[in-house]
Amino acid sequence: MAGLAAAFGSGAMTNNIGDLENAEVILVTGSNTTENHPVISTFIKRAVKHKGAKLIVVDPRKIKLTEFADIWLRQNLGTDIAWINGMMHVIIKEDLLDKKFVEQRTEGFEELKKVVEKYTPEYVEKITSIPKEKLIEAARMYAKAKSAAICYTMGITQHITGTDNVKSLANLALLCGNLGIPGGGVNPLRGQNNVQGACDMGGLPNVYSGYQPVTNEEIREKMAKAWGVSQLPDKVGLKVTEMVPMALDKSIRALYIVGENPIVSDADISHVKKALESVDFLVVQDIFLTDTAKLADVVLPAAAFAEKDGTFTNTERRVSRVRKAIDPPGEAKADHEIICELATRMGYKMKYSNVEEIFEEIRKVTPSYAGITYARIEKEGLFWPCPEENHSGTPILHREKFPIGKGKFHAIEYLPPAEQIDEEYPLWLTTGRILYQYHTGTMTRRVEGLNKIAPECFVEISPTDAATYGLSDGDMVEVASRRGKVVAKVKVSDMARKGVIFMPFHYSEAPANMLTNPALDPVAGIPEYKVCAVKIAKVA
Amino acid sequence: MKCTINGIECEFNPGQTILEIATKYNIFIPTLCYLKKSSAPTGKCNICAVEIVGKDELVRACVTEAEDGMEILTESDKCIIHRREILENLLAMGYHDCPTCPIPGSCELQDLVFRYGAKGIDFTKAKKEYVVKYITPFIRWDSSKCVQCGRCIQACFDVQVNNAIRIFEVDGDAKKVEDREFEESKVESRRIIERLKADFKEPILPAPDENFCVSCGECVQACPVGALKSSFEWLGPKKWEMKRVVTTCSYCGVGCQLELYVKDNKVFLVNGADRAPNHGSLCVKGRFGFRFISADDRLKKPLIKENGKFREASWDEALDFVAKRLSEIKANYGPDSIGVFASARITNEENYILQKFTRAVLGTNNIDHCARL
Repeated sequence: MAGLAAAFGSGAMTNNIGDLENAEVILVTGSNTTENHPVISTFIKRAVKHKGAKLIVVDPRKIKLTEFADIWLRQNLGTDIAWINGMMHVIIKEDLLDKKFVEQRTEGFEELKKVVEKYTPEYVEKITSIPKEKLIEAARMYAKAKSAAICYTMGITQHITGTDNVKSLANLALLCGNLGIPGGGVNPLRGQNNVQGACDMGGLPNVYSGYQPVTNEEIREKMAKAWGVSQLPDKVGLKVTEMVPMALDKSIRALYIVGENPIVSDADISHVKKALESVDFLVVQDIFLTDTAKLADVVLPAAAFAEKDGTFTNTERRVSRVRKAIDPPGEAKADHEIICELATRMGYKMKYSNVEEIFEEIRKVTPSYAGITYARIEKEGLFWPCPEENHSGTPILHREKFPIGKGKFHAIEYLPPAEQIDEEYPLWLTTGRILYQYHTGTMTRRVEGLNKIAPECFVEISPTDAATYGLSDGDMVEVASRRGKVVAKVKVSDMARKGVIFMPFHYSEAPANMLTNPALDPVAGIPEYKVCAVKIAKVA
Repeated sequence: MKCTINGIECEFNPGQTILEIATKYNIFIPTLCYLKKSSAPTGKCNICAVEIVGKDELVRACVTEAEDGMEILTESDKCIIHRREILENLLAMGYHDCPTCPIPGSCELQDLVFRYGAKGIDFTKAKKEYVVKYITPFIRWDSSKCVQCGRCIQACFDVQVNNAIRIFEVDGDAKKVEDREFEESKVESRRIIERLKADFKEPILPAPDENFCVSCGECVQACPVGALKSSFEWLGPKKWEMKRVVTTCSYCGVGCQLELYVKDNKVFLVNGADRAPNHGSLCVKGRFGFRFISADDRLKKPLIKENGKFREASWDEALDFVAKRLSEIKANYGPDSIGVFASARITNEENYILQKFTRAVLGTNNIDHCARL
């Protein structure tokens, strides 16, 4: 999200889900939408089928959406900056840019122009293996559309250059004036139900709710006053990916983990496990005894979504109600009740008679949520920013101007992935999700039917590689990287390209993240899950 | 422009169908094949036929555009006799023995049979051999209940665009009617519905093909009868005996609106709510992946680890212990020696409370969540 914030001043989806049906062209990259955001994929497929929208898919895997695509570019892993720069090269060279938009609403164009100059279609083909004619065709298609939307997910962000990848997509949209208009935009599709809300509510080391920086004295004073404390810490806190190594060297002594299972979801999990084991005190609050909870000193039982009231904010910034349908099992409690009781026991009285009272406090201290009330979202959610009660919300951002004034171009050079294949580790591994499982499987692996359909981990491999290694469907194969090894079943499929294998990361008995590379994007702190070097061997 | 429906004056815009106008004015017109979210009405079932004063022939409300000054009657004797006839034909087509159906009491065919007094349920005529099978672990097909309305085809090809429905010849077994056109990504639902009509040498019926179906359940929600229903509807309590609660899905970031059907403190069924952003659509996880809520191994009591083993504890003991340990660590090593992982899975209110706790009580900004992962 750091990439979009740098380019536009706001790190969220610029347009909304329903708006995809207004787009003339939709560019989907690094998103296996039909499996990871199935309902959003229906909007894309309908736009193509019923509204005549053109679809460009850029993905190394032959994902389902490629069947609907007018153009499919199959790039090498980790070469996104190159093809995006290449498209911009073509657009500038053929004078297809939106000059008026670039002139009036952006800055930094000259630097961008200079950098993309060398990304000729021939040069880009060498890096990405995308045929130059196809790149030119895609560039023309995107640039000539009156409105073109970009959708992306972790296939773009989970790289050491993740932030730069996002900035590059923002460059492309700025160059063609695809911001602030219906059917346009740069749209990160968020993977978890309330990622957007967790960010909005200040579940981040540098900001309070509404992205108000902790380093700003005025805001700090405002928050201290609202919370009735004399002062608040002024130093930016640590990211998850920083806390883990600091736990190892004992500068972090206690961890309090709510509803996360980093043991399975983090890159290089043996490292994470060691870190969680080495803290003096670990508290885990969850609905199940997850692999992470098993390491805890204290486990606190929480309520599931159907057992509590509140709100979630979805990927399109829409704040919708969550309603209690049933009571939690046994003595389990809603997370906010647990935290309130704990705070009170630590000498800070925290008590609310219901969740709406918490939301009212949020509104008071969070300008972008100020106009949203439970009454207003009773039937349908509202899009933030919604600064006042008579404001109808903001389905499309950046209509008149950007929060930072002008949109910023970032001149970015292509950088190869942190790890390269070699003689010992000759194959690329990329990871992701599948339709029938979710994240670390804590929920879905307890649903019988889902596990009948997708019972176990697999290694997706191209027919060519399968032949080279003498593998066929159902064989067991050991996949090893420089960090660990995992055994899983072979699935020969033309979804995989030669030299690249794919594994889902849901399965704790065959955790793909034993293999992945914890090399971090320096800005966002996101590990490079999408690329690492591996070797495979048939298990007898 | 203006017309009257059953004597009620209705304003409308040119191009609006009689059904659309009636819906706007809360006037009931029965439908079976009509699916609101589909691109175009198929006009297949004829049940929505209404009378226009001065015209002999009834017209289909779903495809007929209203005209200025039109006088429309939706429940005239002529309409009722016509509908009764259609319903009796539909009943004769299949094995509509309601106690053998997954959805007694929430079947649109059953409602209309009662409303219009259709008779003639003669199962001895229904001699065809039917297929009852699970197409996926979640979707149960009972071909004897199908009324060939085509809603499932529209749901699959027009709304979800999963293009997974095929036509089957059913005679004790289900044999797929091969048609290469179905494999094209942009194939129109209308073409398939036409095929269904054209090739009508009964029994030939639509159903999801297990090789393409992704269990989104759009067809299950669209099916007006008991032909395509979920395993949960077949085995669980019936809709009308359950409480309905609208909430937001807890899987991916789309934020689909769900209707949870609840009885005895348990969720038995999930439907897509007709609200933004999903307008009734869901995926396999949102619609069918809810049983984790009532899994036996949910945590029910606080646990404290002693000598490497967990033991149950009271809330008082557990919270006092956590408060004491966190206070000690804060006092000994400073607030920045404590880290908090917030969660992309809990509510806004809970994340807000958690950041407040971290910053105001623990006194550190070490709070983050796995959004970056």
